Amino acid sequence: MKMLSRKASCDSHGQDSSYFLGWQEYEKNPYHEVQNPNGIIQMGLAENQLSFDLLESWLASNTDALGLKRNGRSVFRELALFQDYHGFPAFKNELVEFMAKLRGYKVAFDPNKLVLMAGSTSANEILMFCLAEPGEAFLLPTPYYPGFDRDLKWRTGVEIVPIHCSSSNDFRITACALEEAYQRAQKLNLKVKGVLVTNPSNPLGSTLNRDELNHLIDFAIKKEVHIISDEIYSGTVFDSPSFISITEAVMEKHVDHETDLLGRIHIVYSLSKDLGLPGFRVGMIYSNNETVVAAATKMSSFGLVSSQTQFLLSNMLSDKKFTSKYIKENQRRLKKRKDMLVSGLRSAGIGCAKSNAGLFCWVDMRYLLRSDTFEAEKELWKRILFEVGLNISPGSSCHCSEPGWFRVCFANMSQETLKVAIRRIEVFAESSSSASGRENLSHQRSVRNSRRSLSKWVFPISSYNDHEPADR
Amino acid sequence: MKLLSRKAMCNTHGQDSSYFLGWQEYENNPFDEVQNRNGIIQMGLAENQLSFDLLESWLANNPDVAGFKRDGNSIFRELALFQDYHGLPSFKKALVEFMAEIRGNRVTFDPSRIVLTAGATSANETLMFCLAEAGEAFLLPTPYYPGFDRDLKWRTGAEIVPIHCTSSNGFQITASALEEAYQEAEKRNLRVKGVLVTNPSNPLGTTMTRNELNLLIKFITAKNIHLISDEIYSGTVFKHSPRFVSVMEVLKDRDYDKTEVWNRVHIVYSLSKDLGLPGFRVGAIYSNDDMVVAAATKMSSFGLVSSQTQYLLSALLSDKKFTKNYISENQKRLGKRQRMLVMGLQKAGISWLESNNAGLFCWVDMRHLLHSNTFEEEMELWKKIVYDVGLNISPGSSCHCSEPGWFRVCFANMSEATLNLAMQRLTDFVAEYSTANGHKRLHHSSKNSKKTSLTLPDKWLIRRLNWIRKIQKWLSRHLNWIEKIQNGC
Repeated sequence: MKMLSRKASCDSHGQDSSYFLGWQEYEKNPYHEVQNPNGIIQMGLAENQLSFDLLESWLASNTDALGLKRNGRSVFRELALFQDYHGFPAFKNELVEFMAKLRGYKVAFDPNKLVLMAGSTSANEILMFCLAEPGEAFLLPTPYYPGFDRDLKWRTGVEIVPIHCSSSNDFRITACALEEAYQRAQKLNLKVKGVLVTNPSNPLGSTLNRDELNHLIDFAIKKEVHIISDEIYSGTVFDSPSFISITEAVMEKHVDHETDLLGRIHIVYSLSKDLGLPGFRVGMIYSNNETVVAAATKMSSFGLVSSQTQFLLSNMLSDKKFTSKYIKENQRRLKKRKDMLVSGLRSAGIGCAKSNAGLFCWVDMRYLLRSDTFEAEKELWKRILFEVGLNISPGSSCHCSEPGWFRVCFANMSQETLKVAIRRIEVFAESSSSASGRENLSHQRSVRNSRRSLSKWVFPISSYNDHEPADR
Repeated sequence: MKLLSRKAMCNTHGQDSSYFLGWQEYENNPFDEVQNRNGIIQMGLAENQLSFDLLESWLANNPDVAGFKRDGNSIFRELALFQDYHGLPSFKKALVEFMAEIRGNRVTFDPSRIVLTAGATSANETLMFCLAEAGEAFLLPTPYYPGFDRDLKWRTGAEIVPIHCTSSNGFQITASALEEAYQEAEKRNLRVKGVLVTNPSNPLGTTMTRNELNLLIKFITAKNIHLISDEIYSGTVFKHSPRFVSVMEVLKDRDYDKTEVWNRVHIVYSLSKDLGLPGFRVGAIYSNDDMVVAAATKMSSFGLVSSQTQYLLSALLSDKKFTKNYISENQKRLGKRQRMLVMGLQKAGISWLESNNAGLFCWVDMRHLLHSNTFEEEMELWKKIVYDVGLNISPGSSCHCSEPGWFRVCFANMSEATLNLAMQRLTDFVAEYSTANGHKRLHHSSKNSKKTSLTLPDKWLIRRLNWIRKIQKWLSRHLNWIEKIQNGC
């Protein structure tokens, strides 16, 4: 008899993909400014390390919250015993206020509709358990966060059907792509229960625009399906256009009264990216659907947030002066860091998708591919890992339908380290450009996809460099 | 099209059972030593509140730890970023050493085989996901913790088949009960993947004997299945009582650690009961099976322990002087408290499972107070105890006990004075009840038996008194406010 379940024995947790090779290599040979300057620089980790000083300074001035005290008196017992899955009321109140602030107060949230759980990893899985049976499907626009293959599918038995987005229109979601994905699901006999988007997008680093949101809404109304909007990066929007939450878009369309759409909109949030606190495991689901809130609340028993952490962070978020300053300064630093990376890549002749959020850039290295294939992408990725010493994430790991795109993180290292990384890229790009296959590659691409033109945001190499392409 | 999943819509989370009525009633009218002395005393909550002073004093002497400091240096960044599902190494090391210490160091654990999860609730569910497919079954001895119906079955689709234990032998597991449960599962076309026991037992409050453990090992060997031993109460054995014997100890003593049965035994632990820290969400799975450890580690992503908490507790548990004193003192206090409870029960003429040597509760025998030997009668008695006596205790039926009339009564979640009051109420109730119904032990059903009429006016009075108290509280709050305004505050 089979001793373990299929879930335990299989690999649909997705962690045996060669993508993790990069992580392993980094672990074996991690870059260190002093001790290992030739090591691999980790650029595959979407962490926000830019604003810890702000948090540390707050903590230094608020030792009571750390020491589990309120007005000088210990609340240790109260917290030690607090395991109510409805969550710490003060914390939920502060969270909804913080979420509203991030949305410029264009939307308001009700703390009674917020459910806390240990990270958005848990939140996304719980929503799957609540909204879909095993064998049913959610549509996800590509490219998407690789972790979804595990979080949404592994223990739930739910399927993901990709909505193919392409560089021809900046990877925007189109009505056509939505419909096409739906049809594909039908052909596979998969009942579609909803669409899950990450907004701002990981790995694209851009916010969804109004058109996309409206397409989603129209689609959800027509097909009577759910929309899950994972807004984990909502606080990292550092540039225009401003962030439009799904709730705001629905309100503006005034469809909430005609349809029961609002009961099918669910938001996922977390403090792992905006506040840079992935270790504290703070995630949440916000839903207007009472049954979903009730079921998710009970399911959160399987991953509650530590009361010690709820107490600390409710104090922090209740300091409005701090949160305003933090949000603004954090966004300013993210923008500065992103600009640094983008201009560094540009000087190496490498373009990026235009981005206004997130902790990474979506980088176009198609011209460095030996051929327009994922095998060539994998080869390039390995070269960048082993020869250049940068662990970046290949687009194929994000299910991108076009080879040659990479996600490159910029917020998880010091400025000096980023400069080192950029220098290495410049050197690599210079040496790669003299590879003979480059001209053939351009030809292949234009033949294969004549309607695809270089979008304006991909800086043409000839405009920005002194060298003729043939010399690079 | 069905909008939500069956899991979201159904009630197999088990939280609509009448058992929760008791909780609601308590919430509506909670006892307070000063403000609401006629309120309901919560005796249905297995919390350990007896040793917080020891923890608080340790925290006061170690402020650095809560302040994210190590040797005076801030490690906030390191902790803020730490989300490695392998867990904080120093915490895992301290935790396995603590587990060994609780077992008198007769067993040792390897930190690389422990998987941290957000509470034992998460650990148990994760093990189900790892060991069973939807529709497969685990055998559980009754009575068992009501939460298992949700934790083991709800999202996993696994089934529970009870191993019926009876009072005839102190509810111990027997070979024939095991076999009978296995056959029952086969009849229902359920493939049995293992047995799950809680040791020490909830709700019995007893540790398993060596004989029971040997039976279990023999059974799982013969059937080629798993054994999960939930040892969440392992640190709550009362002082001067028969000690806790872990299944690992028995396996080791019998040289099973060289066999493949060793790989099929998994332990669940948590700091919620021994340390009284359910709010901090610290649970763990310990397994000798590499694949289980690997899969459970990845699954723990869905419920990791906050790094802030891991750090605090790794420092606490690394302080061996503290842990030695804590374990001993905590067990002493639990034993003392249990003795207080049973003396009270004795005075009320109520017996209990005398093998009670661990846990935060006592398994109490109120069969003699039933009008008939039925679960309906047990419910009636339970309601009287909730509403008329004002004690929220847990009826055996909620724990799937096969015999009516048993109740789990908690003693470690209140002060001594409150416990004394609870026992007094019980004594008074039994005296009145016995007077109204005669002292006979009633085993035959008595459909026309008159319910005691003494309770109705009492119940009405209690409710009115509580209502008046609520108004008084409201008035006094508003009067304070008005005073403040008048005084220009």
